[in-house]
Amino acid sequence: RDFNERCAQCSEVNWGLTDGGGFYCRSCHNVTERAREVVNTDFISNTRIQTISKGQRKQEKTDGGCEWYVCEGFQLVLKKQAEALEALGVCPQMKDEILCNFWRRYLQKSKQAYCKRPAGETVKALSVCDSSTDVDSEPETPSLLHFLSLSESEGDLQTDGSFVSSTSKVSESTSVCSGSVDGSLYLMKNQKEKLRMTMPMTLSFCYMALLWLREPMTLSDLLRFVVEGHIPYLNVFQHFPEQMKLCGLDLKIFCVESWPTYEEVYTKMLELAAFLDLPRFPDITDSCFLHPNMLCMKYLMEANLPDELHNWTCRVVKKISIGEADFLTLVPGNKSTRKVKYDVLAAAVIVVVLKLLFLLDDHYEWLLSDFAKERNKNNKEDGPYFEFKKWYKVIKCSLDVEQKKMDEERAKYLWRCEKPLFYSANKKAKVLKRRQMVVSLQNQFGKLSGSVRPAEKPNPSSFQLSWSEENADGSCFHGHSLKGILQERCGVLTAVNPDYWLCTIKLCKEKLCGHPAHYKEVDFPQSYQFVLRLFSFLLRIYPSYIHDEVCLIEHKLFNKKLCKKPKFNPGLRK
Amino acid sequence: SSREHKLNFKKSKEVCLSYIQDAMLQKQWKRAAEFLTFYVESLEKDYSREYMGPSEIIWRIGTEILCHHSQSSMKEFNSFMEQMKTLGVKRYLKVCLEHTFRLLCNGLIDEAYQNLSLAESWRYGEQTAIQDKEMKLIQAYRGLLDYYSWSKQKNILLENSQDGFEDLSVEQEMHSCFRKAAVNLKEIIKIPGVWDQFVKCYVDLLEFYGDHNEARQVLNEYAYNSKFPANPNAHVYLYQFLKRHGESKKSLISALKILHDIAPSHELMIDFNTMLQKSKKRKKRRLGLEVIFAALDYAGWKENVKAWSCLARQVKQIVISEKHLDWIKVEWNSRKDWWPAFHFSRYLAKRNWQENESLSYEKALVAGILLGK
Repeated sequence: RDFNERCAQCSEVNWGLTDGGGFYCRSCHNVTERAREVVNTDFISNTRIQTISKGQRKQEKTDGGCEWYVCEGFQLVLKKQAEALEALGVCPQMKDEILCNFWRRYLQKSKQAYCKRPAGETVKALSVCDSSTDVDSEPETPSLLHFLSLSESEGDLQTDGSFVSSTSKVSESTSVCSGSVDGSLYLMKNQKEKLRMTMPMTLSFCYMALLWLREPMTLSDLLRFVVEGHIPYLNVFQHFPEQMKLCGLDLKIFCVESWPTYEEVYTKMLELAAFLDLPRFPDITDSCFLHPNMLCMKYLMEANLPDELHNWTCRVVKKISIGEADFLTLVPGNKSTRKVKYDVLAAAVIVVVLKLLFLLDDHYEWLLSDFAKERNKNNKEDGPYFEFKKWYKVIKCSLDVEQKKMDEERAKYLWRCEKPLFYSANKKAKVLKRRQMVVSLQNQFGKLSGSVRPAEKPNPSSFQLSWSEENADGSCFHGHSLKGILQERCGVLTAVNPDYWLCTIKLCKEKLCGHPAHYKEVDFPQSYQFVLRLFSFLLRIYPSYIHDEVCLIEHKLFNKKLCKKPKFNPGLRK
Repeated sequence: SSREHKLNFKKSKEVCLSYIQDAMLQKQWKRAAEFLTFYVESLEKDYSREYMGPSEIIWRIGTEILCHHSQSSMKEFNSFMEQMKTLGVKRYLKVCLEHTFRLLCNGLIDEAYQNLSLAESWRYGEQTAIQDKEMKLIQAYRGLLDYYSWSKQKNILLENSQDGFEDLSVEQEMHSCFRKAAVNLKEIIKIPGVWDQFVKCYVDLLEFYGDHNEARQVLNEYAYNSKFPANPNAHVYLYQFLKRHGESKKSLISALKILHDIAPSHELMIDFNTMLQKSKKRKKRRLGLEVIFAALDYAGWKENVKAWSCLARQVKQIVISEKHLDWIKVEWNSRKDWWPAFHFSRYLAKRNWQENESLSYEKALVAGILLGK
């Protein structure tokens, strides 16, 4: 942009950038030897996005740092996360195309990628996307060069001199420092129009991209991988290049001290999808991993439940029409359709099926179990009948062990990293000293702990609990039969159990209190609590979320009965 | 149970701390050390506004672990303490003191002394004034250790003089220790508080060098100054001092009066009663009766032959003289409901007879008189 020479061929001053970084004359397409003076591809080496500085990026700073913008930081974070996901097996398209384009679009929409700003802000964010391809087919999305030229014509263009002076103006007006150029402005901005980027939102971006590609990773899987350390989140900033110095308000932006919750990431994802004006996402069909039939299969296996239960989950799914592509597919911005949490939904379906077949009122399931046990004693030829009691014992044992492990892991979590963080330069010495002491104490007491902390993270796996039929102790229930609890009626298999109890008779209005139901453990049978606890552990969410979903499913399932009479005794009749 | 799925730094460290505490309560020092390793990073977020922040927690827990862990050494402990001293300047002297105590517990007197001297010379702006109390304590303890040195020197000197040696250097050393000790000990006992050990040592010094007046004054102050908390030992020390110097019965009795008030079950009550019984003044004899009855109210005195014989003697004497029977009546009035079961039950009688005849005899005498009425 500061290339003001006249073109050798046509004497115009109308330059653009080639992919190789050289200047070419737009009028006559003459390519010069002069390349951009400062190309910051070393910062963001995402193949599609490059940052061009408008003027000479100030490399001279006392500590060897240089100017950088907050969104560049986030770009780096997203890049690292995408790489990690790729390492976990996600297709490379996610990083190179989908995520990248979502991000570009976000930059456009949030006006961080071109220069029209209200009078008060004098700093311009100068990231410019170079790519001219678009994933979505909207023809009217202009290329960003067009944006630049727009702003040029409106006279917002800053020359080198005034750019320098504007940054110094900024640093005078803000009393708190930040390593990034716009850190303080970033936090001060009026948030109403645009969605301000946060660390939890990076996960929303990732999940959105995964969803677009219909990758076999649910949100709960993603969040679990984050906590387990397979996807960078905490302390990602330590991978920022040397020149990007973090201090002051940057810490508030990039240094998180809590794990984001499912709800948080999910809600933001919806907001983001709407903000970016995305169209209907690719359809979730029944061959997709995220389809309830598939997820139910996975969770049934993980929960060590008989495969036969899958027939029942499919039946429920069909009956309440939650297997339809229209129901499952995300349409951003459409407030009327209910948004689907695939993992929670699948877990809830399983819970409902268990309630249908076993009632789970702390009596009936044990009765059925004893009955099955009796039959198992005499029955030697067929496969074993599923005994709820046995399953409960096995699962409870494993669950307790895993839960205890998880609790200890959480207590042992290390939040800090080697890269020092300080609010201002004068605190640096103290921070470093403290860090030194921490390391020294860790060594001293580490020696006394008697055990060596394993340096390796556990391998990431989609399944947290696994059961094998080869185990001689009979602790795998996949192949067990449900014969004992089923009966044939009119040629169709139905449950022996004639009863059902609803989790809640009336659903709350979500708009008023945010949830369709309010789960209080004491109000519910122990078996039901246990089943919720199991899935809440697997998905790493509060049991109440699953409970909410269960309530909604039940109300759909027994809709007719509920509308007809206030008191009822339903069974599953087809 | 609702699992906390939203986890943040603060909560995570709280949970970690609870694991440490559990391990410590179960004396699993290795496990406690393991979790402490994960806890220490909270130092990086220590804003020192809480009542007990991470740095103090780490200091205290780390000390406990290092003291109990089988593989930790004194050297490690010392290096840890030095680190803790640099952690919080507001706590510097406190840490020094605790360090000293631990060293003393391990018999490292010289190291403890060095530690105290170093601490004494510490200056840190306004902190020095704020931590004035701790500084006084440090000086006091150094005084105590000086006394200890003095005492050692004194013993050497006595041994030598017995053997006929004369060692000037030892004597000089001894005097210098005395001077150092005296200064600090005198200072600390001025402050209202419980300074038993310090007072004893100081009085010992004063007596050795013949300054009995000062000693008496110190002891009086310690026992009678209302600013000081009620302390039975103060009166005991005073009494012992007065007895050593052959003071009159009158002053001895007055020394023990308050002791009776605050610690009626004290062992000196026997002496007290003995003196009072012999007194010519009626009031004193009356008090004596009160004293001995009060003492025997306590379970620890149930089998004390001397006590019973005192009571027996006095009661017998009153009965025989037929004067002041009302004294006995008054004392017995409040006790007649429960003393029989407490002292004079059949079971006890049998046991006393089997185990201790003289006890049995005295008790029987008393019982006869009291229950006979």
